This record gives sequence, C-alpha cells and structure tokens, in this order.
Amino acid sequence: MAAKETPPSEKGAKAAEQGLDIGGMIMEHVTDAYEWHFFTVGEHNISLYLPVILYDQGHWIVFSSSRLKHGHASYKGYYLCEHGSDIGKLVRKNASGKEVLPQLDISITKTVLAIFINAFLVILIFISIARSYRKREGKAPKGMQSLLEPLIIFIRDDVAKDSIGEEKYERYLPYLMSLFFFILFSNLFGIVPIFPGGSNVTGNIAVTGVMAFFTFVITTVSGNKHYWKDIFNTPGVPWWLKYPVPLMPFVELMGIFTKPFVLMVRLFANMLSGHIVLAGFISLIFIFGTFGVGMGYGVSVFSIAFAIFLDLLEVLVAFIQAYVFVLLSALYFGMATEVPEHH
Amino acid sequence: MQLINPGIGLIFWMTLAFLIVLFILGKFAWPAILKGLKEREQSIQEALDAAKEAQEQMKRLKMDNDKLLKDAMEERDAILAEARKMKEKIIGDAKGKATDEASVIVESAKEKINSEKLAALREIKSTVAAYSIEIAEKILREELKDKAKQKKYIEKLLKETSLN
Repeated sequence: MAAKETPPSEKGAKAAEQGLDIGGMIMEHVTDAYEWHFFTVGEHNISLYLPVILYDQGHWIVFSSSRLKHGHASYKGYYLCEHGSDIGKLVRKNASGKEVLPQLDISITKTVLAIFINAFLVILIFISIARSYRKREGKAPKGMQSLLEPLIIFIRDDVAKDSIGEEKYERYLPYLMSLFFFILFSNLFGIVPIFPGGSNVTGNIAVTGVMAFFTFVITTVSGNKHYWKDIFNTPGVPWWLKYPVPLMPFVELMGIFTKPFVLMVRLFANMLSGHIVLAGFISLIFIFGTFGVGMGYGVSVFSIAFAIFLDLLEVLVAFIQAYVFVLLSALYFGMATEVPEHH
Repeated sequence: MQLINPGIGLIFWMTLAFLIVLFILGKFAWPAILKGLKEREQSIQEALDAAKEAQEQMKRLKMDNDKLLKDAMEERDAILAEARKMKEKIIGDAKGKATDEASVIVESAKEKINSEKLAALREIKSTVAAYSIEIAEKILREELKDKAKQKKYIEKLLKETSLN
C-alpha cells in the first residue's frame, strides 16, 4: 500500500475519532502495491498476498508480501518506505543508515498481476473469436464475435487504413489491434470495482510508457528516407532556420520523442484522474459520515448519483483513450512510411 | 511522487506481458480474424455483385420480352392489315369479275335477242311475202277468170312494160 501514513487496520478504528485519511485511501486505490487489498473486516485485512522478488547485493530474495504485515514489519531488512519519492516501495537501510532501493525489484505487484489477468483475458477472448472465425467461415458473426467485430472493423478501416494507407496498413494491423484491445480491456477492467478488476493499470505511467515505447520503436524502425529527410531537412522552412543553427532539425528531432511521450502521459493522466475523481466521490460519503450517520446517508445519494455518472463517463473515456492512443500510433506509422507524391 | 515514477519491475513485467500478447494474438488471433473478415466481405461483395448482375439480366430479359411482344404485336397488326387488304381485294376482284361476267351475259343475251329479232323479222317478211303472193295469186285468179278480163289486163301490162 502506498502513501500509508496509518495502517489500514488502525485507520478503521481511528476513523471515527480523528477523521479519515481520504488522500491516503485514494492514493492506495490508484498506486501499485505488493498485496492486493480487497477490504478490511474489523481488525483483519482481506488481501491477496503477492510474491516479492528482489535482486540485491548479488542475491535473489523472494518472499511473500504477507511478511511485511501491511507495512508494520520488515523482512530481511526490507520494509515499505513511508515518505519521500520512494513512498510505498521496498527499501532497506544501507551501512550509513540511509534508505536505499534494492538493485532490482521485479515483484509481482498488484498492477503486474492485473496486467497478467488483462493480458490473459485479452488473449483468451481473441483466440476464441479467432476460432469462431475459422469455424464459422463465411457465415454471419455470432456472440462475442459479433460484439467485437464492429470494433475490429473500425480499427482496421477508420484507424489503420485511413492513417497508414491502403498498401502498408496490414503490416501494422496486428500491433494496432493488440494495442487497442489491451488498452480498452485494461481501461474497462479498471472500472469494475471488484477483483480481478479495479486495479489502475492504464493509469500507471510504467504501463503506458511501455506501450508508448513500442509505438516509438516501430515508428523509428519503419521510418523511410522521406521521413528522415523531413526531420533533418524540413521542407517549406526558410533556410536560416536550418543553417547555421539547426533549429528546425532540432525541433523535429525532439518531436520524435515528444510524440510517444505525449501518448504515454495522455493515457496515464486520463485514466488516473478518472480513478481519483471516482474514488473521491465515493469517499465523500465517508467524510460526511464522520459528521454523523444521517449526513453520510444523505450525501451518499448524491455521491452515488455522481459516481454513476462518472462511471458512465469513464466507460466513454475508456473507449476514447484507447482509440486516441491507437489512432495517434497509426498516424505516426503513417507519417513514417509516407511516400511523397510525385508532382 | 510515486505516481510519475515508473517502477523497473512494472516496466519489465509489462514489456514481457505485452510482448506475449502481441506474439500470441499476432500469431493465432489476428491472421484468422482478419482473413475471416476479408473473406466474408469478399463473399458479400460477390453476392451483391451477382445480385446486381442478375437484376441487370432480368432487366435485359424483360426488355427483350417487351421487344418480342412489341414485335409480335406489330407483326400481328401487319398480318391483320394485310388480311384486311386481301379481303378487300378479293371482294373487289369478285365484284369486278361478277360485273364483267354479268355484262358479258347481258351482251350475249342482247346479241341473241337481236339475232332472234332479225330471224323473226326475216320470217315475218318471208311469210308476209308468201301471203302477199298467195293473196295476189288469188286476186289474179279471181280477176282473170274470164278471157276478156285477161286480155285487158295483159294489154294493160304490156302498155306499162312498153312504157318502161
């Protein structure tokens, strides 16, 4: 649990007297953790404890996150950092008593598990759809197949074909499709509040960063002569912007990196803010609940109404963000492979 | 802030998971799905084309039918018109022939009547002559019963003859 000033068990007990740590609660929802916390019953936390995998000082260290006792205990010198930039991560004290991160922390965290679940579901769904395409060859779509076929056709025709062009789009189609459906399913599962949904996968910068990096690599690798020429010798720009100070080439070169960077930030920020606002609305009930039970019930009506509205908005955002990510990726591929028209 | 501080572990696992998704879907899902879609689209397009072709053919057939019908009607009209014309011609011919024949009959009848008339007249003439001679003979015989009268008459005749 990240940003945990007070452990959850104490939190429940103290809530009535000293108010709730709403910020901490919301942060707990949107950040990564070493365990998957479901809910707290009285003094007991109901959590799925995930394996911690560390490589430090020449050793592999593997243990269950239950040994950390929700941040109360340390195991082999490793404990959850409670402040600073590494808050919520496993750290140890070095010889001089300073907190340092382990050399490598590839623990199966909550987000990692959610990624695995999402990836597994996406694979399962599309393998089964592929099977029905093979089995029902030349027939009308049915079930899951007909549910997702409009989206598949949409990505193929309106995103890939339109952005990349009739001749080359087929090469990028598998990537764009996988990307779109992975993002879409992750977004949608993130809205579902119960396990295995509810984890903030696409609102995690590492996740969006990896996907943006893939787009960056594919764009750069498939860039043709025309693409690079446009970057280093931008046409239609006065010569003094290129020589002696290569201002335009520099800006264009920056553009190569800013484009995927923007992709990463846009998806991350949109999904994260959605989760935070939703959690905020639900938390309002508990904030007002501390003023009085009646107040809590009264506010809950409005809070739930707003939360439902936001949930629906989030469904829309889930589609839009997946679409935007894939559309922009396709546009970058289109730019990279564009063949100049001969005049 | 831990929010914008990507963890190495997460990056590692995400890359791995995403690569696996890309690989498995790229190998087992997308080719089949896209191929199936394309084939179905093609078959639908073909069906539509075939339907259009059939429609066109129907139209052509109908046009042909109409043309045939029109031709048949025209022919029928032409045949009818010809028949009518022929009928009129036959009637006309028959009328003409009948008139001719009638006039021939009338002519021959006239001729016959004429010749009969002439024959009758000749007979009447000869009969009248015979009667006249007979009457004259009788009158002469009556007149010349006595010699005196004969002599007187002969003298009279001689007188007339000499005068000629």
